[in-house]
Amino acid sequence: MISFENVAYNYGGGELLSEVSLRLAPGSFHFLTGPSGSGKSTFLKLCYAELRPTAGHVTLFDREVRTLERDEVARMRRRIGVVHQDCRFLDHLPLAANVTLPLTVSNREVGSEDLGELLGWVGLRHLADALPPQLSGGERQRAAVARAVIMDPEVILADEPTGNLDWDLSVRLLRLLIELNRMGKTIVMATHDMNLIRQAKSQVAARVLRIQKRRIQLAGADL
Amino acid sequence: MSLLQQLSLLSRGDRQADRVVPPTGHTAWLTSFTAGAMTFLAVFALALSLAAGRMADRWSDALARTATIRISAPADQVDFQTRAVLDLLATTPGVESARALSDDEQRKLLEPWFGPDLPVEALPVPRLIELQETGEGYDAEGLRQRLTAEAPGAVLDDHPRWRRPLATAAGRLRLMGIVSILLIGTAMAAMITLAANAALAANAQVIEVLRLVGARDSYIVRAFVRRFTARALAGSGIGALAGMAGIALLPSADAAGGFLTGLGFTGWGWLMPLALPLLAAAVAFAATRTAAVRKLKDLP
Repeated sequence: MISFENVAYNYGGGELLSEVSLRLAPGSFHFLTGPSGSGKSTFLKLCYAELRPTAGHVTLFDREVRTLERDEVARMRRRIGVVHQDCRFLDHLPLAANVTLPLTVSNREVGSEDLGELLGWVGLRHLADALPPQLSGGERQRAAVARAVIMDPEVILADEPTGNLDWDLSVRLLRLLIELNRMGKTIVMATHDMNLIRQAKSQVAARVLRIQKRRIQLAGADL
Repeated sequence: MSLLQQLSLLSRGDRQADRVVPPTGHTAWLTSFTAGAMTFLAVFALALSLAAGRMADRWSDALARTATIRISAPADQVDFQTRAVLDLLATTPGVESARALSDDEQRKLLEPWFGPDLPVEALPVPRLIELQETGEGYDAEGLRQRLTAEAPGAVLDDHPRWRRPLATAAGRLRLMGIVSILLIGTAMAAMITLAANAALAANAQVIEVLRLVGARDSYIVRAFVRRFTARALAGSGIGALAGMAGIALLPSADAAGGFLTGLGFTGWGWLMPLALPLLAAAVAFAATRTAAVRKLKDLP
């Protein structure tokens, strides 16, 4: 589904990630952990082709990223849902329009029933007409999850989605991702919250990728 | 996506695509205003170049390639000198034909000044000879010298000599009008490019989000291009109507009207300023599209 082969990424001041080789199998749940600035976001950006590797090969859905045209990247992103720490909404559009934005930009119809169901699932049905700045941090993150899944993507990448949330809200968000994983989605969630990872391990067969000294390693069962 | 497809998509309404870019008050207003003001000026430049063109044509055609020789001589010598001049003209290279005006024709020429009952025969009115040049023209200075030798009373009156600079000036004026329209168009393209760049920069985050959720470049470009094309079309339409009203309200040209009162459109010419808003929309379309495509190329 997503595979890295000897990948390195360099922002210009030396390599941030080196010799990364791994495969994300369909239906797997991975946590990505490591200190701040270690390259968690960079790894995720490589996964949705916002960045292209400076060495090695990234393959998304059997396509080498470097060979993708801009329009192909756009189509690829419709198969990958991304949840950002800062959500990235269009602040002038109401929540419902933000959640359906991926459908809008790919000229697809929005089923109002489906939307209602989706907003109900993340517990935001009553806030459909609110503007993003009027929402709390937890509501924004759940809305971001709703937007990430509305295209029914095969992969969901979450970049520190619980970074600004308290424990209860974090657990609630984690539960949403675990539910998605049970529905067959491949999940990668970057976090530095070890408690959250432990919490998840009791519910789902999650594996932990740890960034250490520019390398990404599969952590043992020592968590 | 081809340009044609882009245009057809553009003409179709897409409210959702319009909504993804937040409305920006100032840029919107300034774009429309610029397009309107520029079109207003372009209408006058167009009127100027059309009027100058008509004038240049009139001055080149009327009395083109003709000259007059006037023979003022003592009464007993007029006929003799007239014949001498006609003989001389017959052998002058560059002169196609020449003939002396009859008394009747001369009387007609003088009628507006002296009335119909003028006894031309009794007055020492000079004899006029009208000559037509060939395409190459004749050597005026050489002809003048030969005339002095053969018929001392003959004076060559060379119309094209003073008419040609006027026709040239009118031609230049027309050129200036056309250059003005081109400059106005280019200035408008430059201003709309700046406005589009400002809008693209102000909406960098919106563009980033759209790319992130899988919008293709053409979708994003269209959202901006639609907006700027519509604004330019609306502003320019108002500018064109205002300009045309201004021209229509100018004092009308009478038959003997000078250049200033001749400024305006005639007949089908009134349709030409109506083409300006379409031109402005096309300029806005091209300028915004170029700016947006260039901007998007830099984004991942």
